[in-house]
Amino acid sequence: MKIAVCVKQVPDTWAEKTLQAGDSTLDREGPEGVMNEIDEYAVEEALQLVEAHGGDVTVVTMGPVKAAETVRKALSMGAEAGVHLLDDGLHGSDALATSYALAEVLKDRGFDLVIFGSESTDARMSVVPAMVAERLGWAQATFAQKVEVSGDTVITHRVSETGFDTVEAPTPAVISVVEKINEPRYPSFKGIMAAKKKPVETLSIGDAGLDASRLGLSAAWTTVADFAARPPKAAGTVVTDEGDGGVKIADFLSEQKFI
Amino acid sequence: MGEVLVLVDQVDGAVRKVTTELLTLARRLGTPAAVWAGPGYSDGAAATLAEFGAATVYVADGAAFADHPVAPKAELLAQLVAEKAPTAVLIASSAEGKEVAGRLAVKAASGVITDAVDISTDLVATQSVFGGSTVVHSQVTAGTPIFTVRGNSVAPEAAPAAATRADVSVALSDAATKAKVTGRTVAVKGGRPDLTEAAIVVSGGRGVGGPEGFSVIEGLADVLGAAVGASRAATDAGWYPHQFQVGQTGKTVSPQLYVANGISGAIQHRAGMQTSKTIVVVNKDPEAPIFELADFGVVGDLFTVVPQLTAEIAKRAQ
Repeated sequence: MKIAVCVKQVPDTWAEKTLQAGDSTLDREGPEGVMNEIDEYAVEEALQLVEAHGGDVTVVTMGPVKAAETVRKALSMGAEAGVHLLDDGLHGSDALATSYALAEVLKDRGFDLVIFGSESTDARMSVVPAMVAERLGWAQATFAQKVEVSGDTVITHRVSETGFDTVEAPTPAVISVVEKINEPRYPSFKGIMAAKKKPVETLSIGDAGLDASRLGLSAAWTTVADFAARPPKAAGTVVTDEGDGGVKIADFLSEQKFI
Repeated sequence: MGEVLVLVDQVDGAVRKVTTELLTLARRLGTPAAVWAGPGYSDGAAATLAEFGAATVYVADGAAFADHPVAPKAELLAQLVAEKAPTAVLIASSAEGKEVAGRLAVKAASGVITDAVDISTDLVATQSVFGGSTVVHSQVTAGTPIFTVRGNSVAPEAAPAAATRADVSVALSDAATKAKVTGRTVAVKGGRPDLTEAAIVVSGGRGVGGPEGFSVIEGLADVLGAAVGASRAATDAGWYPHQFQVGQTGKTVSPQLYVANGISGAIQHRAGMQTSKTIVVVNKDPEAPIFELADFGVVGDLFTVVPQLTAEIAKRAQ
Protein backbone atom coordinates (compact mmCIF):
# COMPACT_ATOMS: atom_id res chain seq x y z
CA MET A 1 0.00 0.00 0.00
CA LYS A 2 1.31 3.40 -0.98
CA ILE A 3 0.38 6.14 1.45
CA ALA A 4 0.95 9.88 1.30
CA VAL A 5 0.73 11.96 4.44
CA CYS A 6 0.23 15.70 4.04
CA VAL A 7 1.82 17.68 6.84
CA LYS A 8 2.02 21.37 7.62
CA GLN A 9 4.51 23.35 9.60
CA VAL A 10 2.76 25.78 11.95
CA PRO A 11 3.91 28.23 14.62
CA ASP A 12 4.52 26.42 17.89
CA THR A 13 1.19 25.71 19.60
CA TRP A 14 2.30 27.67 22.65
CA ALA A 15 3.60 30.68 20.71
CA GLU A 16 1.59 33.84 20.27
CA LYS A 17 0.36 33.93 16.69
CA THR A 18 0.17 37.28 14.89
CA LEU A 19 -0.89 38.56 11.51
CA GLN A 20 1.59 40.76 9.61
CA ALA A 21 0.64 44.38 8.98
CA GLY A 22 1.66 44.37 5.30
CA ASP A 23 -0.37 41.56 3.75
CA SER A 24 -2.41 40.25 6.71
CA THR A 25 -0.80 36.81 6.46
CA LEU A 26 0.35 34.77 9.44
CA ASP A 27 3.87 35.48 10.67
CA ARG A 28 5.58 32.13 10.03
CA GLU A 29 9.13 33.37 10.49
CA GLY A 30 8.97 34.76 14.03
CA PRO A 31 7.79 31.89 16.18
CA GLU A 32 9.48 28.51 16.17
CA GLY A 33 7.88 26.20 13.63
CA VAL A 34 6.65 22.73 14.56
CA MET A 35 4.80 19.99 12.75
CA ASN A 36 1.08 20.68 13.16
CA GLU A 37 0.25 18.48 16.12
CA ILE A 38 -2.57 16.45 14.56
CA ASP A 39 -0.34 15.74 11.54
CA GLU A 40 1.90 13.67 13.83
CA TYR A 41 -1.10 11.40 14.38
CA ALA A 42 -1.57 11.21 10.61
CA VAL A 43 2.07 10.14 10.14
CA GLU A 44 1.72 7.58 12.93
CA GLU A 45 -1.47 6.13 11.42
CA ALA A 46 0.23 5.79 8.02
CA LEU A 47 3.22 4.04 9.61
CA GLN A 48 0.95 1.64 11.49
CA LEU A 49 -1.01 0.81 8.34
CA VAL A 50 2.20 0.10 6.43
CA GLU A 51 3.53 -2.01 9.29
CA ALA A 52 0.32 -4.07 9.16
CA HIS A 53 -0.21 -4.26 5.40
CA GLY A 54 3.17 -3.50 3.81
CA GLY A 55 3.97 -0.58 1.53
CA ASP A 56 5.59 2.77 2.09
CA VAL A 57 4.86 6.27 3.33
CA THR A 58 5.67 9.51 1.50
CA VAL A 59 5.36 12.77 3.39
CA VAL A 60 4.20 15.81 1.43
CA THR A 61 4.34 19.43 2.52
CA MET A 62 3.92 22.90 1.07
CA GLY A 63 5.62 25.76 2.85
CA PRO A 64 8.67 27.97 3.22
CA VAL A 65 12.28 26.74 3.47
CA LYS A 66 12.05 25.89 7.14
CA ALA A 67 9.05 23.59 6.51
CA ALA A 68 11.75 21.08 5.46
CA GLU A 69 12.26 20.51 9.22
CA THR A 70 8.76 19.10 9.38
CA VAL A 71 9.40 16.77 6.44
CA ARG A 72 12.58 15.62 8.19
CA LYS A 73 10.68 14.93 11.39
CA ALA A 74 8.19 12.70 9.55
CA LEU A 75 11.12 10.89 7.91
CA SER A 76 12.72 10.36 11.30
CA MET A 77 9.47 8.83 12.55
CA GLY A 78 9.71 6.31 9.69
CA ALA A 79 8.36 7.75 6.44
CA GLU A 80 10.41 6.67 3.40
CA ALA A 81 10.53 9.78 1.25
CA GLY A 82 9.49 13.41 1.18
CA VAL A 83 8.07 15.93 -1.25
CA HIS A 84 8.44 19.62 -0.45
CA LEU A 85 6.54 22.12 -2.55
CA LEU A 86 8.65 25.24 -2.12
CA ASP A 87 8.23 28.47 -4.06
CA ASP A 88 7.90 32.15 -3.14
CA GLY A 89 4.84 32.21 -5.40
CA LEU A 90 3.02 29.98 -2.92
CA HIS A 91 3.12 32.54 -0.11
CA GLY A 92 -0.37 33.58 0.98
CA SER A 93 -2.14 30.74 -0.83
CA ASP A 94 -5.64 30.19 0.53
CA ALA A 95 -7.23 26.79 1.16
CA LEU A 96 -8.47 26.57 -2.42
CA ALA A 97 -5.02 27.22 -3.86
CA THR A 98 -3.39 24.87 -1.36
CA SER A 99 -5.80 22.09 -2.25
CA TYR A 100 -5.17 22.66 -5.95
CA ALA A 101 -1.40 22.44 -5.51
CA LEU A 102 -1.57 19.36 -3.27
CA ALA A 103 -4.03 17.56 -5.53
CA GLU A 104 -1.78 18.13 -8.55
CA VAL A 105 1.25 16.80 -6.70
CA LEU A 106 -0.65 13.79 -5.34
CA LYS A 107 -2.69 12.70 -8.32
CA ASP A 108 -0.37 10.65 -10.52
CA ARG A 109 1.89 9.00 -7.99
CA GLY A 110 -0.13 5.84 -7.45
CA PHE A 111 -1.15 6.49 -3.85
CA ASP A 112 -3.84 4.29 -2.33
CA LEU A 113 -4.43 6.61 0.60
CA VAL A 114 -3.72 10.24 1.37
CA ILE A 115 -3.85 11.01 5.07
CA PHE A 116 -4.16 14.46 6.65
CA GLY A 117 -4.53 15.73 10.21
CA SER A 118 -8.10 16.95 10.65
CA GLU A 119 -7.16 20.60 11.20
CA SER A 120 -4.17 22.88 11.59
CA THR A 121 -3.68 24.84 14.78
CA ASP A 122 -3.12 28.07 12.84
CA ALA A 123 -5.87 28.43 10.22
CA ARG A 124 -8.23 25.88 11.78
CA MET A 125 -10.42 25.69 8.69
CA SER A 126 -10.50 21.88 8.33
CA VAL A 127 -11.40 22.17 4.66
CA VAL A 128 -8.25 21.17 2.73
CA PRO A 129 -8.73 17.36 2.96
CA ALA A 130 -12.32 17.65 1.65
CA MET A 131 -11.19 20.02 -1.10
CA VAL A 132 -8.38 17.65 -2.15
CA ALA A 133 -10.86 14.73 -2.28
CA GLU A 134 -13.18 16.87 -4.39
CA ARG A 135 -10.41 17.79 -6.81
CA LEU A 136 -9.08 14.23 -7.13
CA GLY A 137 -12.55 12.70 -7.38
CA TRP A 138 -11.52 10.19 -4.72
CA ALA A 139 -13.60 8.95 -1.82
CA GLN A 140 -13.49 11.14 1.28
CA ALA A 141 -13.30 9.47 4.71
CA THR A 142 -12.37 12.30 7.04
CA PHE A 143 -12.42 13.05 10.79
CA ALA A 144 -11.48 9.43 11.48
CA GLN A 145 -10.91 8.25 15.03
CA LYS A 146 -10.19 4.75 13.68
CA VAL A 147 -8.91 3.51 10.32
CA GLU A 148 -8.89 -0.09 9.07
CA VAL A 149 -7.93 -1.36 5.64
CA SER A 150 -9.37 -4.52 4.14
CA GLY A 151 -8.26 -5.21 0.57
CA ASP A 152 -9.34 -2.24 -1.54
CA THR A 153 -11.68 -0.88 1.13
CA VAL A 154 -10.91 1.50 3.93
CA ILE A 155 -13.23 1.52 6.94
CA THR A 156 -13.19 4.51 9.25
CA HIS A 157 -15.00 5.72 12.32
CA ARG A 158 -15.95 9.29 11.50
CA VAL A 159 -16.48 11.49 14.56
CA SER A 160 -20.05 12.85 14.53
CA GLU A 161 -21.85 15.36 16.73
CA THR A 162 -23.37 12.51 18.70
CA GLY A 163 -20.76 9.73 18.56
CA PHE A 164 -19.30 8.24 15.39
CA ASP A 165 -20.39 6.98 11.98
CA THR A 166 -18.82 3.94 10.35
CA VAL A 167 -17.79 4.96 6.83
CA GLU A 168 -16.60 2.56 4.15
CA ALA A 169 -14.80 3.81 1.09
CA PRO A 170 -12.92 2.29 -1.84
CA THR A 171 -9.28 3.21 -2.34
CA PRO A 172 -7.83 5.52 -3.47
CA ALA A 173 -9.26 7.64 -0.67
CA VAL A 174 -8.52 10.83 1.22
CA ILE A 175 -8.55 10.45 4.98
CA SER A 176 -8.17 12.88 7.83
CA VAL A 177 -7.57 11.74 11.39
CA VAL A 178 -8.35 13.22 14.80
CA GLU A 179 -5.93 13.10 17.68
CA LYS A 180 -7.58 10.30 19.63
CA ILE A 181 -6.72 7.80 16.89
CA ASN A 182 -3.30 6.74 18.20
CA GLU A 183 -0.24 7.81 20.18
CA PRO A 184 2.46 9.17 17.84
CA ARG A 185 5.92 7.67 18.30
CA TYR A 186 8.95 9.75 19.14
CA PRO A 187 11.71 9.57 16.52
CA SER A 188 14.49 7.26 17.73
CA PHE A 189 18.15 8.26 17.43
CA LYS A 190 18.48 5.63 14.70
CA GLY A 191 15.44 7.12 12.97
CA ILE A 192 16.87 10.61 13.12
CA MET A 193 20.17 9.43 11.62
CA ALA A 194 18.43 7.41 8.90
CA ALA A 195 16.22 10.39 8.00
CA LYS A 196 19.27 12.37 6.91
CA LYS A 197 19.80 9.92 4.03
CA LYS A 198 16.20 9.66 2.89
CA PRO A 199 15.23 11.33 -0.40
CA VAL A 200 13.35 14.62 -0.37
CA GLU A 201 12.10 15.99 -3.67
CA THR A 202 11.91 19.79 -3.61
CA LEU A 203 9.52 21.09 -6.25
CA SER A 204 8.96 24.63 -7.48
CA ILE A 205 5.66 25.73 -9.00
CA GLY A 206 7.16 25.03 -12.42
CA ASP A 207 8.63 21.65 -11.46
CA ALA A 208 5.22 20.52 -10.27
CA GLY A 209 3.53 21.71 -13.45
CA LEU A 210 1.28 24.12 -11.55
CA ASP A 211 -0.45 27.21 -12.90
CA ALA A 212 1.19 30.08 -10.98
CA SER A 213 -1.80 32.35 -11.57
CA ARG A 214 -3.91 30.11 -9.30
CA LEU A 215 -1.47 30.33 -6.38
CA GLY A 216 -0.32 32.81 -3.77
CA LEU A 217 -1.90 35.79 -2.06
CA SER A 218 -2.92 37.55 -5.29
CA ALA A 219 -4.95 34.50 -6.36
CA ALA A 220 -6.78 34.17 -3.02
CA TRP A 221 -10.58 34.29 -3.29
CA THR A 222 -10.94 35.94 0.09
CA THR A 223 -9.34 39.11 1.34
CA VAL A 224 -8.71 40.47 4.83
CA ALA A 225 -10.19 43.98 5.15
CA ASP A 226 -8.65 44.63 8.56
CA PHE A 227 -7.66 42.91 11.78
CA ALA A 228 -7.02 43.95 15.34
CA ALA A 229 -5.98 42.44 18.62
CA ARG A 230 -9.05 41.66 20.66
CA PRO A 231 -9.41 44.29 23.38
CA PRO A 232 -8.29 42.78 26.69
CA LYS A 233 -11.11 41.59 28.84
CA ALA A 234 -11.97 43.90 31.72
CA ALA A 235 -10.66 42.40 34.94
CA GLY A 236 -13.31 40.42 36.78
CA THR A 237 -13.77 39.82 40.46
CA VAL A 238 -11.67 37.08 42.05
CA VAL A 239 -12.24 36.08 45.67
CA THR A 240 -10.62 33.47 47.90
CA ASP A 241 -12.93 30.81 49.25
CA GLU A 242 -13.64 31.33 52.92
CA GLY A 243 -16.24 28.64 53.19
CA ASP A 244 -18.82 30.54 51.16
CA GLY A 245 -17.24 30.45 47.66
CA GLY A 246 -20.13 28.48 46.19
CA VAL A 247 -22.70 30.90 47.63
CA LYS A 248 -20.76 33.84 46.23
CA ILE A 249 -20.81 32.34 42.75
CA ALA A 250 -24.55 31.74 43.13
CA ASP A 251 -24.94 35.44 44.05
CA PHE A 252 -22.99 36.43 40.94
CA LEU A 253 -25.03 34.11 38.71
CA SER A 254 -28.20 35.53 40.21
CA GLU A 255 -27.08 39.12 39.55
CA GLN A 256 -26.33 38.13 35.95
CA LYS A 257 -29.77 36.47 35.75
CA PHE A 258 -28.42 33.00 34.97
CA ILE A 259 -30.38 31.57 37.91
CA MET B 1 -32.83 41.38 -2.47
CA GLY B 2 -31.36 38.09 -3.63
CA GLU B 3 -31.75 34.73 -1.99
CA VAL B 4 -29.45 33.61 0.76
CA LEU B 5 -29.17 29.83 0.92
CA VAL B 6 -29.05 28.30 4.41
CA LEU B 7 -28.13 24.61 4.61
CA VAL B 8 -30.36 23.14 7.32
CA ASP B 9 -28.40 21.39 10.07
CA GLN B 10 -30.66 18.62 11.33
CA VAL B 11 -30.44 15.46 13.38
CA ASP B 12 -32.96 12.76 12.42
CA GLY B 13 -35.33 15.36 11.01
CA ALA B 14 -35.12 17.77 13.95
CA VAL B 15 -33.85 21.23 13.00
CA ARG B 16 -30.87 22.20 15.15
CA LYS B 17 -30.81 25.58 16.86
CA VAL B 18 -27.86 26.81 14.78
CA THR B 19 -30.14 26.74 11.71
CA THR B 20 -32.48 29.27 13.34
CA GLU B 21 -29.43 31.44 14.01
CA LEU B 22 -28.33 31.19 10.36
CA LEU B 23 -31.82 32.10 9.14
CA THR B 24 -31.81 35.13 11.45
CA LEU B 25 -28.45 36.19 10.04
CA ALA B 26 -29.54 35.46 6.45
CA ARG B 27 -32.45 37.92 6.77
CA ARG B 28 -29.90 40.69 7.15
CA LEU B 29 -28.27 39.76 3.83
CA GLY B 30 -31.28 38.96 1.65
CA THR B 31 -34.24 36.60 1.46
CA PRO B 32 -33.54 33.38 3.34
CA ALA B 33 -34.06 30.11 1.48
CA ALA B 34 -33.49 26.97 3.51
CA VAL B 35 -31.96 23.90 1.88
CA TRP B 36 -33.04 20.56 3.27
CA ALA B 37 -30.85 17.59 2.38
CA GLY B 38 -31.93 14.11 3.43
CA PRO B 39 -34.99 12.13 4.43
CA GLY B 40 -37.34 13.16 7.21
CA TYR B 41 -38.62 16.58 6.12
CA SER B 42 -41.74 17.06 8.23
CA ASP B 43 -44.42 19.62 9.06
CA GLY B 44 -42.57 20.25 12.30
CA ALA B 45 -39.34 21.04 10.49
CA ALA B 46 -41.23 23.25 8.02
CA ALA B 47 -42.86 25.12 10.89
CA THR B 48 -39.49 25.88 12.50
CA LEU B 49 -37.99 27.07 9.20
CA ALA B 50 -41.09 29.23 8.56
CA GLU B 51 -40.96 30.70 12.05
CA PHE B 52 -37.40 31.93 11.55
CA GLY B 53 -37.97 33.44 8.14
CA ALA B 54 -37.36 30.91 5.36
CA ALA B 55 -39.33 32.19 2.37
CA THR B 56 -38.57 29.01 0.45
CA VAL B 57 -37.39 25.56 1.44
CA TYR B 58 -35.54 23.63 -1.24
CA VAL B 59 -36.10 19.99 -0.36
CA ALA B 60 -33.89 17.17 -1.61
CA ASP B 61 -35.06 14.25 0.49
CA GLY B 62 -33.13 11.39 -1.07
CA ALA B 63 -31.58 8.78 1.21
CA ALA B 64 -28.20 9.44 -0.44
CA PHE B 65 -27.79 12.62 1.60
CA ALA B 66 -27.81 10.57 4.79
CA ASP B 67 -25.99 7.54 3.38
CA HIS B 68 -22.93 9.37 2.05
CA PRO B 69 -21.08 12.01 4.05
CA VAL B 70 -20.40 15.56 2.87
CA ALA B 71 -20.08 15.29 -0.92
CA PRO B 72 -23.78 14.91 -1.89
CA LYS B 73 -24.71 18.02 0.10
CA ALA B 74 -21.98 19.96 -1.70
CA GLU B 75 -23.33 18.80 -5.08
CA LEU B 76 -26.88 19.83 -4.13
CA LEU B 77 -25.71 23.28 -3.05
CA ALA B 78 -23.54 23.66 -6.16
CA GLN B 79 -26.57 22.93 -8.33
CA LEU B 80 -28.67 25.49 -6.43
CA VAL B 81 -25.90 28.08 -6.64
CA ALA B 82 -25.76 27.60 -10.41
CA GLU B 83 -29.57 27.73 -10.82
CA LYS B 84 -30.53 30.44 -8.33
CA ALA B 85 -27.44 32.68 -8.28
CA PRO B 86 -27.87 33.42 -4.57
CA THR B 87 -26.30 36.37 -2.75
CA ALA B 88 -24.50 34.04 -0.35
CA VAL B 89 -24.54 30.55 1.16
CA LEU B 90 -24.57 30.04 4.93
CA ILE B 91 -23.62 26.73 6.56
CA ALA B 92 -23.12 25.81 10.22
CA SER B 93 -19.46 25.63 11.33
CA SER B 94 -19.63 21.97 12.31
CA ALA B 95 -16.97 19.53 11.07
CA GLU B 96 -19.31 18.37 8.32
CA GLY B 97 -20.56 21.89 7.59
CA LYS B 98 -17.04 23.17 6.99
CA GLU B 99 -16.25 20.23 4.70
CA VAL B 100 -19.45 20.80 2.70
CA ALA B 101 -18.44 24.46 2.37
CA GLY B 102 -14.96 23.45 1.21
CA ARG B 103 -16.19 21.11 -1.51
CA LEU B 104 -18.83 23.63 -2.58
CA ALA B 105 -16.15 26.31 -2.90
CA VAL B 106 -14.20 24.09 -5.32
CA LYS B 107 -17.32 23.19 -7.33
CA ALA B 108 -18.75 26.71 -7.49
CA ALA B 109 -15.34 28.39 -7.96
CA SER B 110 -16.11 30.60 -4.98
CA GLY B 111 -14.25 31.90 -1.98
CA VAL B 112 -15.08 30.46 1.45
CA ILE B 113 -14.77 31.93 4.93
CA THR B 114 -15.11 29.55 7.88
CA ASP B 115 -16.02 30.16 11.53
CA ALA B 116 -17.60 33.56 11.02
CA VAL B 117 -19.12 34.98 14.19
CA ASP B 118 -20.92 37.77 12.34
CA ILE B 119 -21.64 38.91 8.77
CA SER B 120 -22.50 42.51 7.90
CA THR B 121 -25.06 43.60 5.30
CA ASP B 122 -22.23 44.20 2.82
CA LEU B 123 -21.00 40.61 3.35
CA VAL B 124 -17.97 41.37 5.51
CA ALA B 125 -17.41 38.47 7.89
CA THR B 126 -16.04 38.80 11.40
CA GLN B 127 -13.82 35.98 12.63
CA SER B 128 -12.24 35.49 16.01
CA VAL B 129 -8.91 33.74 15.43
CA PHE B 130 -5.84 32.49 17.33
CA GLY B 131 -7.86 31.50 20.35
CA GLY B 132 -9.88 34.70 20.34
CA SER B 133 -6.81 36.95 20.54
CA THR B 134 -7.36 38.57 17.12
CA VAL B 135 -10.49 39.82 15.40
CA VAL B 136 -10.40 39.67 11.59
CA HIS B 137 -12.78 41.19 9.06
CA SER B 138 -12.69 39.55 5.66
CA GLN B 139 -14.59 39.24 2.42
CA VAL B 140 -15.03 36.78 -0.39
CA THR B 141 -13.78 38.24 -3.68
CA ALA B 142 -14.68 35.52 -6.18
CA GLY B 143 -17.85 33.64 -7.03
CA THR B 144 -20.75 33.26 -4.60
CA PRO B 145 -19.65 34.05 -1.04
CA ILE B 146 -19.75 30.91 1.13
CA PHE B 147 -19.69 31.33 4.90
CA THR B 148 -19.70 28.87 7.73
CA VAL B 149 -21.00 30.43 10.94
CA ARG B 150 -20.28 29.35 14.50
CA GLY B 151 -23.15 28.32 16.71
CA ASN B 152 -24.29 30.79 19.39
CA SER B 153 -22.91 33.75 17.41
CA VAL B 154 -26.32 35.24 16.65
CA ALA B 155 -29.42 35.30 18.84
CA PRO B 156 -32.22 33.61 16.89
CA GLU B 157 -35.23 35.89 16.31
CA ALA B 158 -38.52 34.74 14.86
CA ALA B 159 -39.84 36.50 11.73
CA PRO B 160 -42.48 34.26 10.16
CA ALA B 161 -42.35 33.59 6.43
CA ALA B 162 -44.02 31.15 4.04
CA ALA B 163 -41.43 28.36 3.87
CA THR B 164 -42.85 27.38 0.49
CA ARG B 165 -41.63 23.93 -0.42
CA ALA B 166 -39.75 23.51 -3.69
CA ASP B 167 -38.56 20.01 -4.44
CA VAL B 168 -35.13 19.67 -5.98
CA SER B 169 -33.77 16.63 -7.75
CA VAL B 170 -30.06 16.12 -8.09
CA ALA B 171 -28.21 13.55 -10.13
CA LEU B 172 -25.31 12.77 -7.82
CA SER B 173 -21.95 11.93 -9.34
CA ASP B 174 -20.19 8.63 -8.75
CA ALA B 175 -17.43 10.46 -6.91
CA ALA B 176 -19.94 11.88 -4.41
CA THR B 177 -21.27 8.46 -3.44
CA LYS B 178 -18.01 6.51 -3.10
CA ALA B 179 -17.81 6.81 0.69
CA LYS B 180 -20.78 5.16 2.40
CA VAL B 181 -22.08 5.38 5.95
CA THR B 182 -22.67 1.78 7.06
CA GLY B 183 -23.44 2.38 10.72
CA ARG B 184 -24.11 5.07 13.30
CA THR B 185 -23.00 4.80 16.90
CA VAL B 186 -24.53 7.25 19.33
CA ALA B 187 -22.55 7.89 22.48
CA VAL B 188 -24.57 8.01 25.68
CA LYS B 189 -25.73 11.58 26.05
CA GLY B 190 -27.52 11.51 29.39
CA GLY B 191 -30.07 14.08 28.24
CA ARG B 192 -27.70 17.05 28.37
CA PRO B 193 -27.67 19.69 25.65
CA ASP B 194 -25.12 19.50 22.85
CA LEU B 195 -21.80 21.04 23.82
CA THR B 196 -21.59 23.39 20.84
CA GLU B 197 -25.23 24.53 21.14
CA ALA B 198 -25.57 24.85 24.91
CA ALA B 199 -26.23 28.25 26.46
CA ILE B 200 -24.24 27.16 29.52
CA VAL B 201 -21.18 24.89 29.64
CA VAL B 202 -19.64 23.52 32.84
CA SER B 203 -16.14 22.11 32.36
CA GLY B 204 -13.62 20.17 34.38
CA GLY B 205 -9.88 19.83 34.00
CA ARG B 206 -6.83 18.35 35.66
CA GLY B 207 -8.03 19.58 39.05
CA VAL B 208 -10.98 17.19 38.88
CA GLY B 209 -8.42 14.49 39.66
CA GLY B 210 -10.06 11.46 38.06
CA PRO B 211 -13.14 10.06 36.31
CA GLU B 212 -15.17 9.90 39.53
CA GLY B 213 -14.54 13.61 40.13
CA PHE B 214 -16.62 14.44 37.07
CA SER B 215 -19.79 13.57 38.99
CA VAL B 216 -19.32 16.91 40.78
CA ILE B 217 -19.06 18.71 37.41
CA GLU B 218 -22.10 16.87 36.06
CA GLY B 219 -24.08 17.71 39.19
CA LEU B 220 -23.54 21.43 38.65
CA ALA B 221 -24.22 21.10 34.91
CA ASP B 222 -27.55 19.41 35.59
CA VAL B 223 -28.90 22.07 37.97
CA LEU B 224 -27.96 24.69 35.37
CA GLY B 225 -29.32 22.72 32.40
CA ALA B 226 -25.80 22.92 31.01
CA ALA B 227 -23.58 20.81 28.78
CA VAL B 228 -20.44 19.25 30.28
CA GLY B 229 -17.03 19.98 28.79
CA ALA B 230 -13.51 18.87 29.65
CA SER B 231 -10.01 20.12 29.11
CA ARG B 232 -7.52 18.14 27.10
CA ALA B 233 -5.70 17.10 30.27
CA ALA B 234 -8.89 15.41 31.44
CA THR B 235 -9.76 13.73 28.14
CA ASP B 236 -6.18 12.60 27.46
CA ALA B 237 -6.12 11.00 30.89
CA GLY B 238 -9.29 9.13 29.97
CA TRP B 239 -11.35 10.75 32.75
CA TYR B 240 -14.03 11.99 30.37
CA PRO B 241 -14.93 11.04 26.78
CA HIS B 242 -12.99 12.73 24.04
CA GLN B 243 -16.01 14.24 22.24
CA PHE B 244 -16.49 16.60 25.18
CA GLN B 245 -13.06 18.16 24.86
CA VAL B 246 -13.09 21.95 24.61
CA GLY B 247 -9.98 23.53 23.13
CA GLN B 248 -7.69 24.08 20.22
CA THR B 249 -7.85 20.44 19.17
CA GLY B 250 -11.40 19.87 20.43
CA LYS B 251 -14.69 21.75 20.22
CA THR B 252 -14.92 25.52 20.12
CA VAL B 253 -17.76 26.80 22.29
CA SER B 254 -19.15 30.27 22.77
CA PRO B 255 -21.93 29.94 25.36
CA GLN B 256 -23.60 32.66 27.41
CA LEU B 257 -21.96 31.22 30.52
CA TYR B 258 -18.83 29.05 30.84
CA VAL B 259 -17.87 27.63 34.23
CA ALA B 260 -14.26 26.37 34.31
CA ASN B 261 -13.41 24.09 37.22
CA GLY B 262 -9.89 22.91 37.96
CA ILE B 263 -8.69 24.15 34.56
CA SER B 264 -5.43 26.09 34.46
CA GLY B 265 -6.22 27.90 31.20
CA ALA B 266 -3.43 26.91 28.83
CA ILE B 267 -3.74 28.35 25.32
CA GLN B 268 -4.89 24.88 24.22
CA HIS B 269 -8.05 25.30 26.31
CA ARG B 270 -8.54 29.06 25.99
CA ALA B 271 -8.66 28.73 22.21
CA GLY B 272 -11.87 26.76 22.59
CA MET B 273 -13.77 28.91 25.08
CA GLN B 274 -12.30 32.41 25.18
CA THR B 275 -15.24 33.99 23.36
CA SER B 276 -17.78 32.80 25.96
CA LYS B 277 -19.89 35.77 27.04
CA THR B 278 -19.51 35.28 30.81
CA ILE B 279 -16.80 33.16 32.42
CA VAL B 280 -16.75 31.82 35.98
CA VAL B 281 -13.64 30.11 37.32
CA VAL B 282 -12.98 27.84 40.27
CA ASN B 283 -9.34 26.88 40.78
CA LYS B 284 -7.20 26.36 43.84
CA ASP B 285 -4.15 27.98 42.19
CA PRO B 286 -4.48 31.78 42.36
CA GLU B 287 -1.79 32.06 39.65
CA ALA B 288 -3.75 29.98 37.11
CA PRO B 289 -3.95 31.97 33.84
CA ILE B 290 -7.64 31.11 33.48
CA PHE B 291 -8.36 33.78 36.13
CA GLU B 292 -7.34 36.42 33.54
CA LEU B 293 -10.51 35.51 31.65
CA ALA B 294 -12.78 35.32 34.67
CA ASP B 295 -15.74 37.63 35.14
CA PHE B 296 -16.03 36.01 38.54
CA GLY B 297 -13.48 33.67 40.08
CA VAL B 298 -13.08 31.77 43.32
CA VAL B 299 -9.69 30.59 44.51
CA GLY B 300 -10.57 27.40 46.32
CA ASP B 301 -11.04 23.65 46.24
CA LEU B 302 -13.57 22.74 43.59
CA PHE B 303 -14.70 19.76 45.69
CA THR B 304 -16.07 22.12 48.33
CA VAL B 305 -16.99 25.16 46.20
CA VAL B 306 -18.81 23.34 43.37
CA PRO B 307 -21.08 21.12 45.53
CA GLN B 308 -21.95 24.18 47.63
CA LEU B 309 -22.80 26.11 44.45
CA THR B 310 -24.88 23.21 43.14
CA ALA B 311 -26.84 22.98 46.42
CA GLU B 312 -27.31 26.74 46.54
CA ILE B 313 -28.71 26.87 42.98
CA ALA B 314 -31.05 23.98 43.75
CA LYS B 315 -32.20 25.74 46.95
CA ARG B 316 -32.86 29.04 45.18
CA ALA B 317 -34.75 27.29 42.40
CA GLN B 318 -37.35 26.06 44.88
